[in-house]
This record gives sequence, structure tokens and C-alpha cells, in this order.
Amino acid sequence: MNKAMVRVENAGMSFDTKQGRFVALRDIDLTISEGEFVTLIGHSGCGKSTLLNLIAGLTLPTSGVLLCDGREIGGPGPERAVVFQNHSLLPWLTCFENVYLAVERVFAVKEGKPKLKARTEAALGMVHMDHAMHKYPHEISGGMKQRVGIARAFAMEPKILLMDEPFGALDALTRASLQDELLGVMEKTGATVVMVTHDVDEAVLLSDRVVMMTNGPAATVGEILTVRLERPRNRLALAHDRDFAEYRAALLEFLYQKQLRKAA
Amino acid sequence: MNAATLAVPPVADASPVRIVTMNGNPTPVPAAAEPAMPAESARASRQPLSRRLLPLFKVVVPPVVGIGLLIGIWAMVAMKGSIPGPAQTWQAAATLFADPFYSNGPNDQGIGWNVLSSLKRVGIGFGFAALVGIPLGFIIGRFAFMNSMVSPIISLLRPVSPLAWLPIGLLVFKQADPAATWTIFICSIWPMIINTAVGVQRVPQDYMNVARVLNLNEWKIVTKILFPSVLPYMLTGIRLSIGTAWLVIVAAEMLTGGVGIGFWVWDEWNNLKVEHIIIAIFVIGIVGLLLEQTLILIAKRFSYGNA
Ligand SMILES: Nc1ncnc2c1ncn2[C@@H]1O[C@H](COP(=O)(O)OP(=O)(O)O)[C@@H](O)[C@H]1O
Ligand SMILES: [Mg+2]
Repeated sequence: MNKAMVRVENAGMSFDTKQGRFVALRDIDLTISEGEFVTLIGHSGCGKSTLLNLIAGLTLPTSGVLLCDGREIGGPGPERAVVFQNHSLLPWLTCFENVYLAVERVFAVKEGKPKLKARTEAALGMVHMDHAMHKYPHEISGGMKQRVGIARAFAMEPKILLMDEPFGALDALTRASLQDELLGVMEKTGATVVMVTHDVDEAVLLSDRVVMMTNGPAATVGEILTVRLERPRNRLALAHDRDFAEYRAALLEFLYQKQLRKAA
Repeated sequence: MNAATLAVPPVADASPVRIVTMNGNPTPVPAAAEPAMPAESARASRQPLSRRLLPLFKVVVPPVVGIGLLIGIWAMVAMKGSIPGPAQTWQAAATLFADPFYSNGPNDQGIGWNVLSSLKRVGIGFGFAALVGIPLGFIIGRFAFMNSMVSPIISLLRPVSPLAWLPIGLLVFKQADPAATWTIFICSIWPMIINTAVGVQRVPQDYMNVARVLNLNEWKIVTKILFPSVLPYMLTGIRLSIGTAWLVIVAAEMLTGGVGIGFWVWDEWNNLKVEHIIIAIFVIGIVGLLLEQTLILIAKRFSYGNA
């Protein structure tokens, strides 16, 4: 087993709302190893985004601690890049400039402009967006925006990549092609990834482990499924794979039998 | 629509589109949707001329009727005696605009000079208001403490007519010209502060999250995120400011005298040249309209197509 990249130790998160205190997460314990791809799956509103934001440092836990590479997470930082669900590209910057902003922030201390530009172009090339590099976000499709968002995150060479339903807003075909893209990028970079999804196929296809969360309020980790499918993975080959079908069934069973009754 | 589609001649040489169905049999489909463009143009040319001119008619006719009506009412009122009619005013305007930039001393200058000096006052007062108001708006928007500190003051002062500040200006600056500029400053600054502050408060949380994840420094946050996303709000503030500034300058100049379109109106009243006053009304209206339209154009340029 590789060394631990992220450790979530007994973390809990409550929000102060007008109706009083709302416990979103409790007793979360989770260790994510270096180079591992972990997905968080669960019903809508169970607290997946909340957990991801805790790892990102965008919010701080109300109890417990989170560690990244051995250091306590006290706020957001470029070593934990985030791909947001709604892409969050700045509309007044071109795709290139959006990625460059991130590259510049991380590497400008030790590299000159030509090198930074090359990095930006390489990142956009990796997600096959080099042809539309100088377009503005409103000039490209939703799938392309999400590619740029992924390029921006990868270009920072983060220790860990956090993705909150990155393909949630896309149609099935675009989603599939972006998943393939992501599989390819991971093979090249060996990145550590935590991704939120509510898509069972996506979870099995991409993950080393799938963390299944119980329904909120006070959600926690229900079960963890380890996916032992050979990499590189091929979507078409896996469509008829027995193991794939079983992993899929295990997730469905958790979501629609064990958790749905409570949700109803 | 249906009739038009049917009227399209069948395209003989177009290869049929094939749709592959689930069992793998290619199904030939006639290319029905393809010649949409020819259909459009064919329909357009077949339509009677009157049908095609209809949209143009709808755009042009109502304003023309409106203006015609205005002139008609004006002419009718003029016939009763007290004000000059359209024809008389038109003649006066022709002589006036034949030489808009003459100068016979400070009290007798062409209408061009008068408009320009009013615009200059508006520009200066407005420029200072932007210089003070926009940074202030940023500070108020970004820091809740400043917001609660300054808000009551703004709420108290904003409803006051800027002309009430004219005597203060005269007292402080001891001259008419800067005092008029001062009223412009006062009336321009409120929309500028308020709109900028609102813009800062409405910067989408997503963008701020990007800034936080990238850990951008304050300078980058201001230049790359705050400023561009506040800009449309700021431009709205500027547009509102210019609008009121142009309203106020006429009144201020009537009180202070000197050179300027407001003073000119008052002077022509003293000379009982009422047709000149009517011309001035049109000139003021047109200049105000141009200012407003220019700013709307600029605002469009900065609206990023994302909203
Ligand atoms: N800032 C907040 N204030 C109050 N409640 C919140 C806040 N953020 C999330 N929640 C609540 O926490 C729960 C989990 O939310 P979230 O993590 O967004 O769910 P998911 O991403 O799994 O759909 C929801 O019930 C949501 O209403
Ligand atoms: Mg969510």
C-alpha cells in the first residue's frame, strides 16, 4: 500500500441554520493513498460535497481533523486542486488565460514565461482543447468547459485532485468521452483523485475504491467497495465483464435497498 | 410553413442520409431537412413586397408618428400665440447652427461652446466622483464594517437635491465654475458608490472559491476576479450618474451663470428669445440621449456573454 495522501480522522460537520444546528456529517474516517482514485457516492443531499469541501479546505470541520500529506488542512491551497461542478471558469478570460492564471500562481516563482506558457498549452493539449485555447468560455460547449476546468486543475500538478460531480451536467455521450479522457490522463500522471458522483457506472469504471455514504442528516461512511479491475480499463470490454456487473450490483444494492428505505 | 416546405423542389442528387438502427440494418432516409436555407430564401422572394417590408414598417413608423404628433401639438399650441412654432424655431436653429462656435466675449458665445463647457463641467465633476466613488464602493462592498459605517450616511445624503449643495460649493471655492462642478460631483457619486458596492457583494461565490483554491494574492483577486465581475455594475452606476449629472448641470448653470447650456437658456429667457430656449431643450435632450447610448454600448462590450 502506498503512503497515505489524505487522512480524515473522526471528522464531523454541522451547520448553524435558522432552524437550529444541522448535523451534516459525523464520524467520518477515511484514508486515501497516494495514486488512488476514490469516488464518493450517495443519494443527493447526503453530504458528498460537504466532505469534498472539507478535504479542499473550503470549509473547516466542526469536529475531528483532516490531514493532507501529514499536515493539517487549515484552508484551501493549490496542492489540492478542485474541479467544480459548474466548471467555474472566469468568463472574462480565454481558456488559455484561465489555465495560465493557475499555472502562473503555482510555478511563476521558479519558471519563466515561456515555460509557463508551454505548461498551459500542454495541459490544454492533454484534454484535447488546444484547438479552442483562445476562445472564451461562453463560446464553447459545456463538455469543453469542463475539459478546461480539468486542464486547469491538472496544470497545477496538485498532490490531489478533487472533483465534485464534474460530469454531472453533461449528456451521456459527452460524459463517456470525458471519462475516457480522465482515465487516459490518470494513466499518464498517476494522480490521486477524489471524485463525487451519483453515477454507479462512472464510479466503478474510474475508481480503485468507492466510498458509499449513508443518507443524511448526520451521514457517514456506510460501506467501501474496492474495485479490482485491471488498468488500463476499457469501457467497451467492461460492458460484458462479470466482475464489473457485480461491482455495479453491489453499489446499486447499497443505494436502492439499504439506503432508500431510510430516505423514503 | 407547411406549404413552404412542400413547395421546395425535391433535390434529386442529394445522397440519402443513412441511419444505422440497433440491429445493424442501414435505413435510407430521404434528406428532408437539408435544403432548409434554399427554402427560406425561396419563400422570402415569393412573398409579396408588402409582407417583406412589414418589419421595417413596424420599426420606423411608430416613432415617426410620435414625433409628427409632437410637432403637430406644438404647432397648435404655438398658434395660440405665446410660444414660437416649429417653422420659426427651425429657422432660428438654422442661423444658430450655421456658426455654433463664435465668441463675442464671455456672455455671448455660440451654442457649440455652451454645450462643450457644460460637458466639460460634467466630465470633471463626474471624473472626480468616479475617482472617489468607485474605490469607496469597493471598500464598502468588501468590508461589512465599512458598509454599516457608511450606509446610514449615504441613505441620509442621497435624497438631497444636489442643488442644495451649491451654496456650500460657492462658499468653499469662491467661484461659480468649480461650484457647478461640485454639484455634479455630489449627484454623481451616490450611484457610483452604491452600484460598485452591490457589484462587489454579488461576485459569485464560485469565482471566489477559485481564488481561494488558487490562493491568489489580493492584487490578483482585485484585477482578475473582483474588477471584471464588478465592471458591469460599475458601468450601470456610471450610466445613472451621467444621466443625473446632465439633468443637474442645466439647473446649476442657471444659478451660477458663466458659459454653459443652462446659463444660455437663462440668458435667452432674459433676451426673450423663446425659440432659442426650445432649441436648447432639443439640444439638451439629444446630448443626454447620446451620452446614455454611448454608455449602453460600452456596457454591452463588457458583458462577457455569460449571464
Ligand atoms: N452552508 C450550509 N448551510 C446549511 N446547510 C448546508 C450547507 N451546506 C450543505 N448543507 C446541508 O448539508 C447537507 C449535505 O449537503 P451536500 O454536501 O451539498 O450534499 P450532496 O453534495 O451529497 O448532494 C444537505 O442537507 C444540505 O442542505
Ligand atoms: Mg453536491
